[in-house]
Amino acid sequence: MRRSNWEDYQKSIADDHYYYGRSCIRQNFFPGSEKAFLEILAKELGRDIYDDPLHSSCTGIGYHSDIVPLDTIMAVVARQFALMDEAGYENFVTSCITSFGIYTEILSTWEEFPETEERAAKTLYEATGRKLVKPKNMAHTSDVIFHFRKQIAEKMCRPLINVTTGEPLRVVEHIGCHYAKIFPKKGIGGSEFPYVLAGMIESWGGEVVDYPERRHCCGFGFRNYLVQANRGYSVANSQKKLDSMAPYRPDFIVCNCPGCSMFLDKWQYTIAEMEGTTYGEGGQGIPVLTYEEMAGLVLGYDPWQLGMQMHQVDVEPLLNKMGVQYDPTTKYLGKNGKYIGKPAAAAVNNCNDVGLYEIKV
Amino acid sequence: MDYFSMLMEDVRMREGLKACMNCGVCTAICPAAEFYDYDPRQIAETVQSRDNDRIEALLKSETIWYCGQCMSCRPRCPRGNTPGYIIQSLRYLSQKLGFFTNSEKGRQQLALKRTIGENIMRAGYCLVPREIDPDLHPEQGTVWRWIYDNDRDIYPLFTSSYRKVGAGALRKLDDQTLEEIHRIFELSGGKELFDLIEEHSDHKAREMGYDGATREYMMDTFTKNSSEQ
Repeated sequence: MRRSNWEDYQKSIADDHYYYGRSCIRQNFFPGSEKAFLEILAKELGRDIYDDPLHSSCTGIGYHSDIVPLDTIMAVVARQFALMDEAGYENFVTSCITSFGIYTEILSTWEEFPETEERAAKTLYEATGRKLVKPKNMAHTSDVIFHFRKQIAEKMCRPLINVTTGEPLRVVEHIGCHYAKIFPKKGIGGSEFPYVLAGMIESWGGEVVDYPERRHCCGFGFRNYLVQANRGYSVANSQKKLDSMAPYRPDFIVCNCPGCSMFLDKWQYTIAEMEGTTYGEGGQGIPVLTYEEMAGLVLGYDPWQLGMQMHQVDVEPLLNKMGVQYDPTTKYLGKNGKYIGKPAAAAVNNCNDVGLYEIKV
Repeated sequence: MDYFSMLMEDVRMREGLKACMNCGVCTAICPAAEFYDYDPRQIAETVQSRDNDRIEALLKSETIWYCGQCMSCRPRCPRGNTPGYIIQSLRYLSQKLGFFTNSEKGRQQLALKRTIGENIMRAGYCLVPREIDPDLHPEQGTVWRWIYDNDRDIYPLFTSSYRKVGAGALRKLDDQTLEEIHRIFELSGGKELFDLIEEHSDHKAREMGYDGATREYMMDTFTKNSSEQ
């Protein structure tokens, strides 16, 4: 199979007027990324995007843990589409790969089994009085950033270049299984040659690292993480990926899916604590970024305003390579500039013992 | 009705199982097969056999609970099958029939219902920061504990609606939205499945010597892994 076969796997991405669907995982662990996405769309690109306070979870984590039936999640999703229509929008953009997989699966199932759409519409109406209207365009938030990657490149102030060597930064990209493995034609580049993150990296000056387990799952596995007794599955699959990528010496990992971003960050901590193994340079971890954080950094945003202090693996080695001027004294400040202490030290944290972080404001 | 016909009432089974030729490509790519003694090829073969006894044994087994639903199998199958969809149908039927309590992994459904399921009912989201207790999630690390301990100082840096009604991350959903979600669960079978999980778990817990599906029973399903003992 040649890459050219997969260049047909492109999709239409709306250019403006988006209805925004938040992510359970992203808002918990990367709230700065969701904030940055909305700011980039509205302020940098002048686009209209609506954050609806009535929008709820799609319940996808419950569905893939088998406690939420198919008919139930279809009616929940039907409610979200109804809310989009009531707000005057027809382009749905979701901040979560699990949700994106749910929406594409449900829209496809409704096409193939129309009786399921009828049931969902009926349940929705009886439960809420709302009317199902399907979106004209469905995209993941990374699709939208990909769509505007060249405009972002025009505004870029910090390319993905090592300022010391002048060489492109070496980036591992991970698109998340449910972005394209369920419906390959709904993902840019399909599931074999996904280009959604690679396109951003190339447009912003970086170099994509290819490695053997590039397509392997991050290890979430829903019930295999959510139930404590099963977490060996999750960490073992992350370890397989980390073992595979480490010899290629990536400068950072960028993920499409909020769950993958969290697991590849947190499991590095766990593996370091359990086995003493670290995967980055100098005994440190490999920083793991969301694509919103990557976009925010190239646009010159402050890393702490992007929420990068919420990562377990410290990002400072990457910031230093990019020449980011950050203030270490503000990393651990809470709202109103209040110093709230700092996290306990761990093997994958490399800056925690630096006295600068002790400064109280 | 035989189990195969019951499974075929689920559109995911009709989409997921056409005609499997047992090539094993799904098993080669499967993250669960790397970690567990698990073979999605055999799942497809067993269901395809339409043998009622074999399918009943599968519905009561540990095996069907190993899959992580990553769906890596789906784009790889040369015959257009999706073992991950077959698993979803098997798990749904196993819970409907109460067979899930026969296996240690199946009994974990109670913990999933009481964590993710009840988060959805209470907050309208599958997870919320206050429910990710660092003591139950040591793998979340030192930074998560710092966030958990300082949530009211950290989240407002990124949202004006932390635990408040309004637009923004980690908002509190208004009462009408939560009521709509509850009514959807009642009318679509979501609440019925929750109740079935509780009912069958309570029965099994008593059989195992607990005083019903207590917190102690639920925590044991959440934490115990007999293969490590």
